[in-house]
Amino acid sequence: MSNDVAIVGIGMHPFGRHEGVSGMEQGAIAVRAALQDANVKWEDIEFAFGGSMAAGAPDTMVSMLGLTGLQFINVANGCATGGSALFSAVNTIKAGMAELGIAIGFDKHERGAFRVNTKGAGLSDWYGASGLALTTQFFGMKINRYMHDYGISHETLAKVGAKAFRNGAKNPMAWRRQELSEAQVAESAMLSYPLTQYMFCSPGEGGVALILAPAESAHKYTDKPVFLKAAAVRSRRFGSFEVMAPHIALEHSVGPTVDASKAAYEMAGMGPEDIDIAQLQDTEVGAEIMHMAENGFCEHGEQERMIAMGETEIGGRLPVNTDGGCLANGEPIGASGLRQVYENVLQLRGEAGARQVPNEPKTAYTHVYGAPGISGVTILAR
Amino acid sequence: MGQQVPVAEGVFTFPSESPHLIGSRCTNCGNHMFPTQGSCPKCASTDTEQVELANRGTLWTWTIQGYPPKAPPYAGDADPKSFEAFGVGYVELPGQVKVETRLTVADPDQLRIGMEMEMVLVPLTTDDDGNEVVTFAFAPTSTGVES
Repeated sequence: MSNDVAIVGIGMHPFGRHEGVSGMEQGAIAVRAALQDANVKWEDIEFAFGGSMAAGAPDTMVSMLGLTGLQFINVANGCATGGSALFSAVNTIKAGMAELGIAIGFDKHERGAFRVNTKGAGLSDWYGASGLALTTQFFGMKINRYMHDYGISHETLAKVGAKAFRNGAKNPMAWRRQELSEAQVAESAMLSYPLTQYMFCSPGEGGVALILAPAESAHKYTDKPVFLKAAAVRSRRFGSFEVMAPHIALEHSVGPTVDASKAAYEMAGMGPEDIDIAQLQDTEVGAEIMHMAENGFCEHGEQERMIAMGETEIGGRLPVNTDGGCLANGEPIGASGLRQVYENVLQLRGEAGARQVPNEPKTAYTHVYGAPGISGVTILAR
Repeated sequence: MGQQVPVAEGVFTFPSESPHLIGSRCTNCGNHMFPTQGSCPKCASTDTEQVELANRGTLWTWTIQGYPPKAPPYAGDADPKSFEAFGVGYVELPGQVKVETRLTVADPDQLRIGMEMEMVLVPLTTDDDGNEVVTFAFAPTSTGVES
């Protein structure tokens, strides 16, 4: 992918819990902020891709934004919903079908862990009835095995949690803006061994919108365009270890993250050594640790040293989850992947305020992972 | 007091003195699956046969369910006051497949990757007719745990 699609406007509704504001209203507020950022009107937008898991059909939001007759397509792709909306919007521009489009993601989930719809996932009732089918169990089991195989310590898990809340405290859009110490993270309630309450993100609420245009016209809308160098989505292959799996094969293959990551690097003509900032899916602290290696940023097990050295802090060699990630922002499924892109655009523009990565970063990476074994990666550059 | 009934038909042999999980084997490539399914995710063949899976294996990974799952779908005790944590893991059945399962042990000090496990049935809840609903779990074998 060459420099042919640019992000020219970004908008966000704060993440968290917003009593009395519907998920779709949060999406509409994000859209209006993105329009203002790009200095365009809703009637200028030719197409939209919108995603939400639990807050209504996105295309009905035209009744809030204006009935302009635009092409509006709903996207539903599990935890990669936001990334898939962006992927679709990018390719619509690349195909030359339109000049100005928008990718929208919003959501509003009930409190507590996700209630699993086993039927919807193609599984039988006995699976959930028996006390299996919880996504939190998968995360506990994956990092427990990983700690066994690669020597990651419990202390490192707590360090990643404390970093998330430290970064979230610097982010006015974040849900959880209070710093927590490593001890507070480690000593909170054990939900799914070895993971405690503050090592997990929570389902939440929020909205994000991104306006896209061909690179050659980007300067009509913004002085600081950010270019999409790659956007890739991959599903799982035989032998990978995924969430919601009553069985896994004896033989092992890499997961969809590794495949999406490789595809994105190839599209961008870059490697992990070229990336200045990374937003990696951190459904829980172990996910961030494992995804560092799965996305090519280190060898398996090397995270123990990198995190101890502070290399993933905002001032470190490879800042990871600079906005506090899912841990501090919560996970409104439809919006979560687009939040990562929003953060990277701010960082590349140099507009990230108290959490700005120093030394004018030039490239930035996003990665989502979720049920039922799907991953989306983007690479941005200015 | 009613009878014992399985959480669902066709998941494990029942009634049985030595219960086994019921899975599928691909007759084309030999891949094993659980629960049964009519097509193979490895080679895409639609020729599969029903098989009883091994009822002993080794613990591949594990966690402990420390909070009550949402009910529904959970059929067991989800009352925060009386909920008891339970183990969950994948048990590797030699030459077949790794199956996700409840564990009879919920103590981190008594679980370790690689330990020998065997399948048992455990009570889950009581249905409207007073029957005891059972599901499958894996327990450390007598030689599997120290102390």
